[in-house]
Amino acid sequence: MQKRHFIDIAIKWLFFGAAATSVMVLLGIFGMLLFNGVKAFAHISLAEFFFSSNWNPSAYGKPSYGILAMLTSTFLVTLGAMLLAVPLGVGAATYLAQVATEKTRLILKPVIELLAAIPSVVVGFIGIVMVGPFIARVFGLSNGLTALNGAILLAVMSLPTIITVAEDAIRSVPNSFKEASYSLGANQWTTLIKVVLPAAYSGIIAAIILGMGRAIGETMTVLMATGNALAMPRGFFDPVRTMTATIAIELGEVPYGTTHYYSLFAVGALLFLISLVVNLLAENLAGRYRYKL
Amino acid sequence: MRQNSLQQRLGLNTLRFFVLLVLLFLGIILWEVFSKGSGVINSGFLFDYPRKGMTLGGIFPTIMGTIFVTLVTTIFAIPMGIATAIYLSEYANDNGINRLIRASIRNLAGVPSIIYGLFGVAVFVQGMGLGSSVLSSGLTLGLLTLPYIITTTEEALKNVPHSYREGALALGATKWEAIWTNVLPSAVSGIVTGSILGLSRAAGETAPILFTGVAFYLRYLPGSVYDSFMAMPYHLYILSTQHHAIEEVRPLAYGTALVLLSLVFVLNIIAFIIRYRYRNFNKARI
Amino acid sequence: MKPKLAVRNLHLHYGTKEVLKGIDLDVPENNIVALIGPSGCGKSTLLRAMNRMHDLNPEAKVKGKILLDDDDIYAPGKDVVAVRRKIGMVFQKPNPFPKSIFDNIAYGLKIAGENNKQKLHAIVERTLRSSYLWEEVKDDLDKSALSLSGGQQQRLCIARAVAVEPEVLLMDEPCSALDPISTARIEELMLELKKQYTIVIVTHNMQQAQRVADLTAFMYFGEVIEFAPTRQLFDAPQMELTANYLSGNFG
Repeated sequence: MQKRHFIDIAIKWLFFGAAATSVMVLLGIFGMLLFNGVKAFAHISLAEFFFSSNWNPSAYGKPSYGILAMLTSTFLVTLGAMLLAVPLGVGAATYLAQVATEKTRLILKPVIELLAAIPSVVVGFIGIVMVGPFIARVFGLSNGLTALNGAILLAVMSLPTIITVAEDAIRSVPNSFKEASYSLGANQWTTLIKVVLPAAYSGIIAAIILGMGRAIGETMTVLMATGNALAMPRGFFDPVRTMTATIAIELGEVPYGTTHYYSLFAVGALLFLISLVVNLLAENLAGRYRYKL
Repeated sequence: MRQNSLQQRLGLNTLRFFVLLVLLFLGIILWEVFSKGSGVINSGFLFDYPRKGMTLGGIFPTIMGTIFVTLVTTIFAIPMGIATAIYLSEYANDNGINRLIRASIRNLAGVPSIIYGLFGVAVFVQGMGLGSSVLSSGLTLGLLTLPYIITTTEEALKNVPHSYREGALALGATKWEAIWTNVLPSAVSGIVTGSILGLSRAAGETAPILFTGVAFYLRYLPGSVYDSFMAMPYHLYILSTQHHAIEEVRPLAYGTALVLLSLVFVLNIIAFIIRYRYRNFNKARI
Repeated sequence: MKPKLAVRNLHLHYGTKEVLKGIDLDVPENNIVALIGPSGCGKSTLLRAMNRMHDLNPEAKVKGKILLDDDDIYAPGKDVVAVRRKIGMVFQKPNPFPKSIFDNIAYGLKIAGENNKQKLHAIVERTLRSSYLWEEVKDDLDKSALSLSGGQQQRLCIARAVAVEPEVLLMDEPCSALDPISTARIEELMLELKKQYTIVIVTHNMQQAQRVADLTAFMYFGEVIEFAPTRQLFDAPQMELTANYLSGNFG
């Protein structure tokens, strides 16, 4: 009897220890990013960091640390990805949630999850050997490694996220809404467009935001497939270098403890904040579409 | 009314077309990798070292490296993740602080992987002096996987009916006995599925290991967790962007992509089968 | 006669809401006591307090005493696990574990350290016989308990509670999810069990209370309004509130 109680209490404390460690380490990530990122601003002015498009930390004598060009690149690529992925993803989600038979749905859902499982380095590779050359040929460019290439690949990568979350939202629309619409003589398509999708609106937005988050944070794909040019992009046919790619390229060669080193953490902290805002926003919206039945 | 039904046909077919397009993307990627990669796959490719500046030979050390580092990730992330989830779900009160902790963990599951790479460099490689090693990379990937394992395990525990806990306690079980004999057996397939998916993601990641331990080329397998290692995802990155003879090594790159993709898909399919069986089992008992 | 289970000035708060407002109740040994009253009157809450199920809910605060043979189960340092072994509980919805029929019955014995196969078998058979389930399941002891019908599941849960030989058995609307035939079998079982055990049952079904209970307590808004022998309470209630409830004016 005594032994059982001892085990019970010991295990509780063991779990508590594990939980406390995990939580502290995970929260430590944020603390460390902020701590190291803030150090960068001892030598860089906030105005230069955010409003200069000139990033040249290793320039002899007068290094510059403006992230505007890479920030623009990140958003350009993400915007392109969303233009492609949102109609496709929401359309496919609508089909799976409301049109497809249960059997089709059960087969297609894991297949789409498989798309999410493809490592980003493989997607980047496809961008180099297939999508990039294809773009170059179609648009007559000398090099296909452009923002457009990145946008297409990121669209494919964010599709599973958008489809899964949006499908969940669309399926959660109560049947009574549909029945009411049908009983008024509306057909399936009208019901979908006028009743079901508006009812799932906030969940669909949450899905899009999460897909966007995935695209903003993606590293290897853009690193491999967008050409990595440090200039301000003028459009989708320019090569770009995103925030994530910059960290990936420069972290390997930067000396520990320099302003350059800390500036990469500042970029990382900014990325972290963006992803935090994206996730909180999505979670907040996704919570709203749950209908109480 | 005619117009209306035409609209409906058009609309539904557009949706159908979108689904096919998504499937086509997956098909194209798989076809490209399988059709061009399968030619180089043979026992030499799987079990030999790279030769002649990586223009010939196999990818043996990269396969072993990926396995080693995923093993370290497993040892770290799975016990920690499951224990944390059990504490949060079974022991912790549902108060403000714990809700905040849960929300933070969910959010960390969505943080870009390169951020974990930054953390790994600052804390494991430099801060703790573990250097560029299997250990640093494994721990970094472990942190990346941890929030995912915690969330999926909590989800699995939440799905166990409350009455299983109450029933056991009412018969005089201690809390731990109720969890061990009644809650965990019902949640185990969900936990295993989540863990496998988490590890499959870790095995395919490149950004977090880029600066924490992976090496361009090594002539030996890592002898301990303090050595550097080669890894499949990084090898593919090198062969397709950094190699001096990119066109010449393209077939090797395809082969590497195929092996990596196969590994990840096998893990995913195993997870799917476990989940599918569990779902049927669940149906049977209602 | 000294009561088997005695509730003394029991208060229970959920956060700031007072759900039980000073309950006093004596449960005599080898009797069936029914708790009746409108939804939300606190009867299930009181029942759950009797084996400290509220310990699971950090919001719930309990004040007062519940004495089992003069021994307060809420005394500081009291071993909850030991309390729950002596006071078993059967829940509203049948909750068999996703294990075999045999393992369900043996569960409580196994966690208490009983590993002797033969002994376990003997107890499983005895408790299944005493809950009239033996003839129906004796060839299927290895089958999942979830394959049984609702009524069989509930009798299994009663057998499971009885197997650890508690002194008091608490039943929280044990028949509310069952058909009339299963209900009749369980009532029959309760009358049989009261020879060995003391039973407290929460029920919504007035006929059921009259059929099985020796004593009945009528509860309203967290208080026991009237507690009397069942026949007396139903035929000649002393309180106007009780009379109103029984004649169906509210509830």
